[in-house]
Amino acid sequence: MQGPLIDTLARQGVSRRTFLKYCATLASMMALPPAAGLAMAEAMAAARRPSVIWLPFQECTGCTESFTRSHSPTLEGMIFDMISLDYQETLMAAAGHQAEAARHTAMRDNAGKYLLVIDGSIPLDQDGAYSCIGGRSNLDILKEAAEGAAAIIAMGTCASYGGIPKANPNPTGAVSVSDIIKDKPIVNIPGCPPIPVVMTGVLAHYLTFGSLPELDAKGRPKAFYGETIHDRCYRRPFYDQGKFAKTFDDEGARRGWCLFELGCKGPVTYNACATVKWNGGTSWPVESGHGCLGCSEPDFWDAGGFYKALSLPADPLKFAAAAAVVGTGAGVAIGFANRSKKGGAKSAHETTTLDDLEA
Amino acid sequence: MNELQFLTWVRGTGLNIAVAIFLLGVTWRLFEIYSLGRKKDLSMPRHASGASGFHTVFRRSLAPPGMLKRSPVSYIGGYVFHIGLAVVVFGFAPHILLISNLTGLSWPGLPSQFIDLAAVVTMAAMLVMLFDRISKPVKRFLSTFEDWFTWALTFLPVLTGWMAVQHLLLPYTTMLALHILSVEILLIVLPFTKLFHAFTLFGSRWYNGRVNAHKGVPV
Repeated sequence: MQGPLIDTLARQGVSRRTFLKYCATLASMMALPPAAGLAMAEAMAAARRPSVIWLPFQECTGCTESFTRSHSPTLEGMIFDMISLDYQETLMAAAGHQAEAARHTAMRDNAGKYLLVIDGSIPLDQDGAYSCIGGRSNLDILKEAAEGAAAIIAMGTCASYGGIPKANPNPTGAVSVSDIIKDKPIVNIPGCPPIPVVMTGVLAHYLTFGSLPELDAKGRPKAFYGETIHDRCYRRPFYDQGKFAKTFDDEGARRGWCLFELGCKGPVTYNACATVKWNGGTSWPVESGHGCLGCSEPDFWDAGGFYKALSLPADPLKFAAAAAVVGTGAGVAIGFANRSKKGGAKSAHETTTLDDLEA
Repeated sequence: MNELQFLTWVRGTGLNIAVAIFLLGVTWRLFEIYSLGRKKDLSMPRHASGASGFHTVFRRSLAPPGMLKRSPVSYIGGYVFHIGLAVVVFGFAPHILLISNLTGLSWPGLPSQFIDLAAVVTMAAMLVMLFDRISKPVKRFLSTFEDWFTWALTFLPVLTGWMAVQHLLLPYTTMLALHILSVEILLIVLPFTKLFHAFTLFGSRWYNGRVNAHKGVPV
């Protein structure tokens, strides 16, 4: 399986035409000019497999599961096969010292050129003892692997922003990749799990242009995270008309009305679910009848409850009753003070007598 | 703090603090004001038709004869922005959702396009009134810091809310958080400034009407 990608694809029965179509789609998805599709196809077809080291840290393997299952056997899956995945614990046959040796070999042979993919957050508490591989902490391994990486791809919300491990009260002291590595280009591909095509899009961009795609302020590729779920949602017209599903099984829900009131975080979530969809374009969470959880945003887990509308208080109003009581008390007390002041003024009032005037 | 954390804070802790201070301030001020009391008027009550507290509550909502012509901006602008505010605050679906969550009361919302129009008209009226306050020497002379301050605090929630919906200047999340924050500042300041007229307006009208009715004067 060495050699240019196009040969491998041809061996697997993928025609040149199909490949070109795929590249054109990918280019348009990333909002690149039409010519970029061709350039992409040429670059990708000729590409030698770049070495990719995939390190799993404090994670659930959901990102890998999603990535490897959802697209099989499409082109994305194949291109993913075409990279030289030199270390991926879930997928590799090797184990133990063999696996560690494979990683070290890849790091040495491709020093300065390999792509480092991280999924999972990095725990810092207890010297990182919460998550270790081969007796070494994640922090240690990350620093070592990042040293010779050309770029780092933080796959999933945990690697990008800390994710669920970082959720309040963050027992393991979990942080994201970008909290630790400051001197390498990092692309965040958040999502729980992220959309597979984003990963191949970033890879294709890297192979074609030799650089990483344009990123937003949170380190996400703008092409996929440029707009909110809400703005691209097919249910958006119902929001504008004020038609909302009130429960998951009412008339509104059956008619496909907006899920804002059921806690949809679409308005504050930047991701491509609404356009790219999931499972080969079959559907996506909102289409299946559930509001967006906001999984591609930092700290989505602590953003005030999945089933609470964005306009609702995130916490119950704890101090309201106490405040009203204190306010009443203060008002009454000041009222009494004012009355006694008035009474005092009244009793201190001296009437002017004729004698006063004559004196 | 990223923008989602900012939004979560204003929806959580921030709202908690603001509502608490608001309720504390409102109950405090209402009790303080109404417990002041007034001296009993010992004179013989006179009677005149149309002179009562109740009459005054309504009559003061209308311009006295001739005043509409003398000061059209104050009256028309005032009407437009007060009604506009009411439409935007009580007609927008996400606002109704908040009220229903806090109080259990709920009613159908208005279409967002209509709310959008109302917001723009409200802001226009407020700007015209601000300009009038600046350009008329008497109004300017009578204005204190509190007048400019409360104008800004009332204007900001409308502006930020409208900008959030229209996706202007800042990302929606940040704008929404700023919108909620501006409302929280308004809530905190309301009980302690002239904005408290939202609560005392009818009470004071009734009082003025009642005092004058005793003297036989319909005001």
